Order: sequence, then C-alpha cells, then structure tokens
Amino acid sequence: MAKSPETEHPNKAFGWAAKDKSGLLSPFHFSRRDNGDNDVTVKILYCGVCHTDLHTIKNDWGFSYYPVVPGHEIVGIATKVGKNVTKFREGDRVGVGVITGSCQSCESCDQDLENYCPQMSFTYNSIGSDGTKTYGGYSESIVVDQRFVLQFPEGLPSDSGAPLLCAGITVYSPMKYYGMTEPGKHLGVAGLGGLGHVAVKIGKAFGLKVTVISSSPNKEDEAINRLGADSFLVSSDPQKMKAAIGTMDYIIDTVSAVHALFPLLGLLKVNGKLVTLGLPEKPLELPIFPLVLGRKMVGGSDIGGMKETQEMLEFCGKHNITADIELIKMDEINTAMERLAKADVRYRFVIDVANSLSPP
Amino acid sequence: MGKEAFGLAAKDNSGVLSPFRFSRRETGEKDVKFKVLFCGICHSDLHMIKNDWGVSTYPLVPGHEIVGVVTEVGSKVTKFKTGDKVGVGCMVGSCGSCDSCTEGLENYCPKTIQTYGFKYYDDTITYGGYSDNMVCDEGFIIRIPENLPLDAAAPLLCAGITVYSPLKYHGLDKPGMHIGVVGLGGLGHVAVKFAKAMGLKVTVISTSDSKRDEAINRLGADSFVVSRDQKQIKDAMRTLDGIINTVSATHSLLPLLGLLKPKGKLVMVGVPEKPLELPVMPLIFERKMVMGSMIGGIKETQEMVDMAGKHNITADIELISADYVNTAMERLEKADVRYRFVIDVANTLKPAP
Repeated sequence: MAKSPETEHPNKAFGWAAKDKSGLLSPFHFSRRDNGDNDVTVKILYCGVCHTDLHTIKNDWGFSYYPVVPGHEIVGIATKVGKNVTKFREGDRVGVGVITGSCQSCESCDQDLENYCPQMSFTYNSIGSDGTKTYGGYSESIVVDQRFVLQFPEGLPSDSGAPLLCAGITVYSPMKYYGMTEPGKHLGVAGLGGLGHVAVKIGKAFGLKVTVISSSPNKEDEAINRLGADSFLVSSDPQKMKAAIGTMDYIIDTVSAVHALFPLLGLLKVNGKLVTLGLPEKPLELPIFPLVLGRKMVGGSDIGGMKETQEMLEFCGKHNITADIELIKMDEINTAMERLAKADVRYRFVIDVANSLSPP
Repeated sequence: MGKEAFGLAAKDNSGVLSPFRFSRRETGEKDVKFKVLFCGICHSDLHMIKNDWGVSTYPLVPGHEIVGVVTEVGSKVTKFKTGDKVGVGCMVGSCGSCDSCTEGLENYCPKTIQTYGFKYYDDTITYGGYSDNMVCDEGFIIRIPENLPLDAAAPLLCAGITVYSPLKYHGLDKPGMHIGVVGLGGLGHVAVKFAKAMGLKVTVISTSDSKRDEAINRLGADSFVVSRDQKQIKDAMRTLDGIINTVSATHSLLPLLGLLKPKGKLVMVGVPEKPLELPVMPLIFERKMVMGSMIGGIKETQEMVDMAGKHNITADIELISADYVNTAMERLEKADVRYRFVIDVANTLKPAP
C-alpha cells in the first residue's frame, strides 16, 4: 500500500499545500527524509513566491501532482550537514533554488548545467532521486543534497535576496550564455514584473544601457527613477516603437502571456538577440523575414546550473542587487496568489516563513 | 547614354520573360566589365518577376548568380584584369561605412544595392545577369577558381554563400559535428556538399522519401529522415548540433526543434511569407535557438568559392538555353529541377531582332 505524505519519511514536516486545481493553499502535514551523508537540512527563513508556483498550484501546465507544496526561492540556516558535506557547516546561511536533483554524471551535469540534465528534478512537484515526491519551500525545513545548496553571500539580505534563486538566475544565465553583457551595449527588457525588474538591475550592473519595454505607461517613473533604467518604451505606442527600430543589441523578453514577437524583433540591430523567458500557453508567432534580413536570433532559457547560480549570487552580493519585495505572512498566501494573478505586486511576494508558519 | 546591352526582362507581374534592350553605364574607374557566360536561376528570381514580395519594378532583368570573363577594367581597378574568370552574386553596392560594411558584411548594410531591381548610386535601376554583359564595382566582384567549371559554379554565388555563411558564423563547421539540412533543392543540395567537405555528419530532412537515394548515394549525406514519419523523427531526436532549414513554404518547427541536441541551432535560410508557429518550450527547457541568415559578405563569398575550388564543390545543374527560361520558371515553381537551372547566356542569348 502506498505510504501517505505523512508517513513516507521518518521526520514530521509541516507546510502549506494546494490540494487541487482550485490552487487554494492550506496547512499540510507531510514528512522529510533523514539527513543523509551528502545532505544539508535547512531551517527555512524566507521563501519567494514565483509565478511558477501559481501556475503549478492551478495545474496550468497539466503536470501538477497534488498535494503540491510550492516554493523554490528558499533562504534559511543549515541546521545539519551530512558527513560528506564539505562546503557547508551548521549555522551557515544558505539558499535552495529551483532544482534539487540530477543524475550528476551526464554531459550536462559534467558541464555544471544540471538544469539541462534529462533526469533533473525540481524542488517541488517532482520525483526526486530517491523516487519520492519533492515538496518545496512553503514549509519549515527542507533536506537537500549539498550539490543543490548555495552559499548566501554576506551582505545579501535573506528576504530580498530570496527571489534571486529563481528570478535572478533566470535572467543572469542567458545574459552570460548569449553574450549579452558587453558594457555600453543596449538591452531591452520586455515586461516589468518579477523577472523584468531584476533584469534591469543586473543589466545596469553589467554596464549596459537599459530600456524597459512595457504596455503600461504608468510604470515609467518606477522604471527610470527607482530601478535605474535609462529609458522606457511604451509598446502600444506605434510612433515610439517605430523611432526605436534597430536600436537594441539584446532583448530579454519576460512576458509570459501570448504576445507579438514582430515588433520586438524590429527593435533589434543586425545580429541582435532576443531571449524569451516566459512560458505562454500557446506557441508564439515567429516572423522569419526579420530573422533572415537582420541575422537575428530568438533563444530561450530556463534558470541555470548550480555553479552559475552561485556565481550570480556573488555578483548580486557585490553589486547590492536584491529584488523589490512585499513581505507576507504564510496565512496571507492565498490573497497574495490572487494579486499575483493580476500582476498586483511590486515585484515579488516573499513569505516570512520562520515568523509566520506554525503548525496548528 | 552608356553602353548597349541586351537581356531577358519581365515586363509585368505575369513574370513572362522576353528579349529586352537596355544600356549599362560606361566602365568607371573602379568598375569591372565582363561578358556574361552563364547565369543561375535562383528561386528569388521567380519571386521577383512575379512581384511576390511587392518590391519589384518593371522591366526587371533578374539574375544574381552570374559568371563570365573580364573584358575591361577601370583605371583604379587593382584586383582584376582582362581575361579573368569572375562572378557577381546578389549585391553590387553598399554604403561602405556602417558597422556591417566595416565588418565585411555588406549583405546586412541598410543601404545594400541588390544586383537587380534596385536603384544604383547614379539613380539608374540595376539589371541582373540574364544579359550579355555586366558592369560592376571591383569591390563586389568574386574571382572564380580556375579549376571550377563556370556553369556549375554560378549557383554558388547565391545558393553557396547562403548556406556557407551560417555554417561558419554559428560554429557549425567543426569536423565531427552533426547537422541537418531541411529541404533538398537549390540551397539544400549545396548545403550537403559544403557540410560534407567541412567534415560534418549530415542528415537530410525531407517531407517525402523520394529523395532518399539521391541524398545518400549521390550527394553523400549520411542519413535521411522523413519529417512526416513520427517514428523516424523520434529515432533522430536530440542528435543534431544544428539545422540549415531551406524550406520557404509554411511548415512546422516543432519536429525540427526536437531533432536538435540541447543548445542546438535552427538556422532559417528559407523565408516563408507567413510567420511560423514557435513552440517556446524547446527554447526554454533545452536552450535551443532559432536564427536567420541571408547570403554573406563579399570577403566570405570569396572564401566560400575558394573552398569550393579546393574541394571541387559545384552545384548540380540543368543547363538551358535562353529561350527555355519561361518553361524553366514554370518547372522551378513545381520544384521540378535537380537542382538549379543555369542559363547558357553566351551561347544562346540573342538580342531582340
């Protein structure tokens, strides 16, 4: 007979889970494995609320396995380390991001690109290396193989640093991989939400000129005066878009709804690169003429490997880059999810887990 | 004004070509004049004579795969002399000063002047290679290696560079790499030859099985996948470093993306008129890319032709007489050619009576 979530593992655990595709989160008792020789047990302090959490609890992508305990932007304190663990000690401030397992022996894993391993497993809603379901950071603690634990740099705050573990790496990795970091070049950031606002900050730290491309004119003041963007382009203004044709070297496209690529491709210079990070429900329309006439590229990206995630954290620590967050209590999560669905947040909710999650 | 010339022109968007007298400019100090021997028929010629892209002006003398023998050079020409075997491809001018031009990528200059149907610096309209002679700035003339037969070399000037440039630019030219070529026509068959000469493993991807024997036994491809056969696609999943996609009809990108290894590159050199559906998951979860490419700069065109000379790469052609050209266009529309028509200009193009 299948074990229940409560009895699957030897140690009691508590968090909040969605039980069905209504997405409503509520208290949930489950269990965590013992801390193995390669493991680190993390007492969770904060957990960011990523849009992926919302998609997963509502089963938008069709592969949610309920009950789902979301959360993959986790910052906490190491309370136990296994005897083979060399990189961490008890008391260290650590992070756990989007993945917590991979085969550790394929070409991708050898290249520190665990995110492209065909056997990669996610921090939640996934089957881990031990064959059991993974539960994420909307919980008191988590047990993770040391390879998937990150050192949190001193000086990087735990609460506003948490979203870097998904939003940060999702933007940083493609910028490095596609060579979008040459100082003085011009980066367009389409969409100003969780990913977009971090992209502006990281872009500026690389020495790029940054233009935010958005359909909401009311974000202009924020974009320029608070986030430090150099300019703001209203995508629904045909004249302004026309004037900006052929001016950008790179575009990070964070928009997750179905949207038109044609006007964005027009903004690129010859050899320009557009990297799309959002996951729309339907395929996008790709006009081929602009790609061919201007030798332009459309690529995608998804988080990053563990080594580059650590590199990204160091980079953000050095440049004082954090997310703009709204700290919430655990029992405010359902309201937060409703607001997230309407993009009503500047720009990431973060759950104050340690101070607000308590078993009933 | 200028010197007399004659050729074949389309007079309207019926696309029917007929004899046409016109004049070429006097050979300027930087110009090279040559007698046209052969001219390849590119699918773009067909699109242009019918005004498929809405940019054609008539009368239109097509032809941008032009080869011949130099008859006159201007006083400041240093690289060519009378008697040299030369060719001209898709461009005859560019601004010379923008970023693209300074990097030897005249093809991406916003002021590129195409070989036919475009306004030249002197405000005249350019006329292409379906004609008895060409006058062209030295900077856009390509030297044809001595050992290459001129008729079969002509298509390299467009088809050749169109597939060579992205193989090099995107690093898909390392021996041992595995690339796919989608579509086995004018571009596709030349792509197979260049890729094999670069030491690559080549899989041809086509909608029907009919070209399998040709692809493998004559062109030297290593394998062949029918894109509509789900099992063949499944067996070839995640095997290709890159794909050169020559197809210009609307088609599905999803199976092609599936054939790429993670981080693989899908290069579009065919230009479908309508946008294609782009499945985003293969890009996001496997870091695959879709990019475009269009001919190449003059320096790399010369490099490509020199490589063709070294490896004896030429196009597979059907040599036709000038008066067959309209029939050839009808057959080209049905892809009924293995794999490029080339007009025997010098021997068969006669002026209008």
